[in-house]
Amino acid sequence: MATETHGAEHATEGTGLVFHPMDQFIVKPLFGHGDVGLFTITNVTLWLFLAIVAIVLLMVVGTSRRAIVPSRSQSVAELAYGFVYKMVEDVTGKDGLKYFPYIMTLFMFIVFANFLGLIPMSFTTTSHFAVTVPLALAVFIGVTVLGFVKNGPGFLGLFWVSSAPLALRPILAIIEVISYFVRPMSHSIRLAGNVMAGHAVIKVFAGFAALAAVSPISILAITAMYGLEVLVAFIQAYVFTILTCVYLKDALHPSH
Amino acid sequence: MAVEPYQEELAGTCVDAGGSAIGMPQLCGDWVGNQVFWLIITLVVIYFILARVALPRIASVLAERQGTITNDIAAAEDLKSKAQDAEAAYDKALADARTEAHAIAQRARDDIKADLDVEKAHADAEISAKAAESQKAIDAIRASALENVEIVAKDTAAAIVAALGMSADEAKINAAVDRQLKG
Repeated sequence: MATETHGAEHATEGTGLVFHPMDQFIVKPLFGHGDVGLFTITNVTLWLFLAIVAIVLLMVVGTSRRAIVPSRSQSVAELAYGFVYKMVEDVTGKDGLKYFPYIMTLFMFIVFANFLGLIPMSFTTTSHFAVTVPLALAVFIGVTVLGFVKNGPGFLGLFWVSSAPLALRPILAIIEVISYFVRPMSHSIRLAGNVMAGHAVIKVFAGFAALAAVSPISILAITAMYGLEVLVAFIQAYVFTILTCVYLKDALHPSH
Repeated sequence: MAVEPYQEELAGTCVDAGGSAIGMPQLCGDWVGNQVFWLIITLVVIYFILARVALPRIASVLAERQGTITNDIAAAEDLKSKAQDAEAAYDKALADARTEAHAIAQRARDDIKADLDVEKAHADAEISAKAAESQKAIDAIRASALENVEIVAKDTAAAIVAALGMSADEAKINAAVDRQLKG
């Protein structure tokens, strides 16, 4: 029986190149081989936990000396702080700074999840819609609720473009409402789609590396894609964060 | 076809018997609950770490640094004005010292001049005294010389008269010599 299995595997490998670019996204239990239940500790759990560890290392351990002249890690932590703080201040204004910790949480989580996902053999949590959709929905629901709490029914003025001619306003309102509800979708699919596509492409190139003739090109392509993915990892975190700021600004100041 | 047991267990709606994904794992509904559950826990943990520990700490460090920089600039400004004051004081002291040095030199010069004048006057007086004394001596010598000449002339005249074999009254001879001398 064992030899039979072995033979069968050989047969599939012999048929040619084997591409499994999506296998890297499979969620599996970390211990044992059972089903993935709600509380099962999976590879998702592991890499989410590692993101927490990385954030603690940078933001807590790295700044533990509270030096006036910062060490390298403290510099990076201050840089991240200043980057997001300035983004929130510039986009939403002073009254948006109250929500800075939430936005910082989003940014730090996404940026670390993305970069941890670039480690070979790792699992990229942000490549899953199951992760990015809750993030985007949290922003969407939070911002909408905040808009109504802060402005009351006046928040609906966001959809009523008072600078447009009166006849156009109902049509514009419909477009505005649709675009408003598309926000969480685009917000989440942009992040997961970018990350997933890059990782899948790298895996496809890696599949080609099995052919001796094209393997140098394939490895070069992997290197180039990896460089691109490093950029994407940061840029997508930045884009997600700045869009969150823009949505927050709409909630705080709905008038155009 | 026989498969290894664990693959059989893994096989489901999203993973085939070979352990490979069926379609996109992202669209597998079986895993969503697990991912969302752990994501929420992760986000809450990160939020509390950042909001309670990291962000206040970084904010305080940044504020402290800003304060230190402001203080240092103020201190530097202070020191600069102090240095300028010190320089002004130094310049003033230098100028004072220079004027004083001038005054002292002038005074010294004046003193020396006064001393010199006194000495000069003293010396002049001494010189004129000496000169007067000398003059007196010369006069005395001259007078005595004239007297001697008279005596010699008288003696010589008496001797000549005696040599000529004549005798003459001393008083006549003297009168004749006096006459000649005056003549």
